[in-house]
Amino acid sequence: MSLAGTPALIELSGIVKTYGTGPAAFQALRGVDLRIEEGEFIAVMGPSGSGKSTAMNIVGCLDVPTAGQYLFRGVHVERLERNQRALLRRHCLGFVFQGFNLLARTSAQENVELPLLYRGEEATARHAAARAALARVGLSGWETHTPGELSGGQQQRVAIARAIVTNPLVLLADEPTGNLDSTRSHEIMELLAALNREQGITVIMVTHEPDMACYARRIVHFVDGMVARDEIRESATCS
Amino acid sequence: MLLSALLLALREIRRNLMRSFLTVLGIVIGVAAVITMVTLGNGATRMVSDQISSLGSNLLMLRPGQRLGPGRDSAGSPNFRKADVEAIRTQVGSLQVVAPTVSRSVTLVAGNNNWSSSINGTTNDYLIAGNWKLAAGREFLDDEERAGKAVCIIGETVRKELFDNRNPLGDEIRVKTFSCQVVGLLASKGQGAMGMDQDDLVLMPLNTVQRRLAGNQDISGMMIALQNGADTPTVMAQIRALLRERRKLAENEADNFNVMDTRQIAETLSGTIRTMTGLLGAVAAVSLLVGGIGIMNIMLVSVTERTREIGIRLAIGALESEVLLQFLIEAVVLSAFGGLVGIVLAFFTCVGLAALMHMPFLFSPSINLLSFFFSAAIGVVFGYMPARRAAQLDPIDALRHE
Repeated sequence: MSLAGTPALIELSGIVKTYGTGPAAFQALRGVDLRIEEGEFIAVMGPSGSGKSTAMNIVGCLDVPTAGQYLFRGVHVERLERNQRALLRRHCLGFVFQGFNLLARTSAQENVELPLLYRGEEATARHAAARAALARVGLSGWETHTPGELSGGQQQRVAIARAIVTNPLVLLADEPTGNLDSTRSHEIMELLAALNREQGITVIMVTHEPDMACYARRIVHFVDGMVARDEIRESATCS
Repeated sequence: MLLSALLLALREIRRNLMRSFLTVLGIVIGVAAVITMVTLGNGATRMVSDQISSLGSNLLMLRPGQRLGPGRDSAGSPNFRKADVEAIRTQVGSLQVVAPTVSRSVTLVAGNNNWSSSINGTTNDYLIAGNWKLAAGREFLDDEERAGKAVCIIGETVRKELFDNRNPLGDEIRVKTFSCQVVGLLASKGQGAMGMDQDDLVLMPLNTVQRRLAGNQDISGMMIALQNGADTPTVMAQIRALLRERRKLAENEADNFNVMDTRQIAETLSGTIRTMTGLLGAVAAVSLLVGGIGIMNIMLVSVTERTREIGIRLAIGALESEVLLQFLIEAVVLSAFGGLVGIVLAFFTCVGLAALMHMPFLFSPSINLLSFFFSAAIGVVFGYMPARRAAQLDPIDALRHE
């Protein structure tokens, strides 16, 4: 399946994730194979309990599989230490969560600068990059506002700015529109689609709303801890 | 990295100003207590050692009776006689002066003022033995001492009480049935090592007190100043042997008099004060420890409260060590800040208390530095556990935490 010589961005093979031990053990993932190339926009769908969030956590290097192999650009993630996975997240991944997860009582600017702080960037470079990222998500002029002073849609934009400020290879979005109304949801989806289209960022998004999934060019359906259907669409259009 | 962690910590503290202040209060009080105790203790020790040097050359006090302090067994412990004074003066070597004393508590009257004080009947040698200087006037004349004339030399406190701010020289003080003329004024020595007022005394010639106040020839004590370089234990042994012989004490009888080395007393006293200082300092250090536990408590609460935040930090790529460092620095900054505030508080407390207790204020850089570093160390010790707990959180659980 893999093209000769060029490892895929993400390649999962035979991923199993078991929670608990003995008779109480529960298999959340039962042998997932998935290959994701750079520049893709993927929606992961499935009923709750289908393992899609578990799969996202493993792809996002927040969790390790019980069995199976996860290659990130040819690197065996399942063999990495906790700190090595943290560095992989720091340098290659960006996260957007359903609950925004911004630091309270902290300005948008400072929230966006946070990942750069851990990268050890200079203050001036940090400020410039954070302002640019906020401008990219359409929040110029809102730098000094704290999350409490922003609407849900704006908070999610700050979260997206924080995720893209490091120019990650992959943007992982876990139900990014789950807490937003329909109009704001579509705005956020347009933004993610634009980032994918214009900056070539690979976007992997978990959602259970077909309305949102239609922005993706590939939809992966999870059922009972396995990939049930892998649907590649000719064009990312929403009717 | 360290700098940015410091900035993060400062921002966290600023975000929770009230809570941070309350957390730090324990450390503030602990540090202030330790420094105050030790500083005041040092002041008291210094005061005693000043007292030792104000005693001048090494001084022995000779009293009848076996024990020190009140409740002396006067029965079987006769007072001394003039002949005893002469015997010591002539038969014991290395002595500078021997000043006999007879004390009486009396009420002094001058004009409309009266004042209760003690009169010491003695000789001019008392001034040498007690290291007294005359601020004004003169010593007793030979014929005044011999004839027991009604003259006196008064201390600064007596002057203040009886003569307000007037010059007392030449004025008369009425003592019981007779009047005596003030011929000299002693230079002030201030408070003594045990808090008594050294300037509250009146000196009269020995004969005057014996005849007009005591009505007998007894001598109730002697102040004996040794020559510089004299071997105190040897001299004490000589005096003891001489007095035992003169008082006809048998081999198996105990001394019915008592020779004390005042310098030794003062040194013992300052040693006691130092011990007390250490003890009080230790008690205060316990409160510092309690303050440290307070910091741990708040840091643990803070970790729980900020679980989600820690999850976010971990998710965007913070290393375990970086989260650990952040919380540790936060605890250290808090406790070090508390230490600083405590030092400032202790400074003002010490200045105030030292003034109130008429003690010298001795700023001790070492105890201040020690307290500061100790408080910072408390931050490290008590901050480590919560910080490690934060660093070891599972990012997924932490993010899900409500």
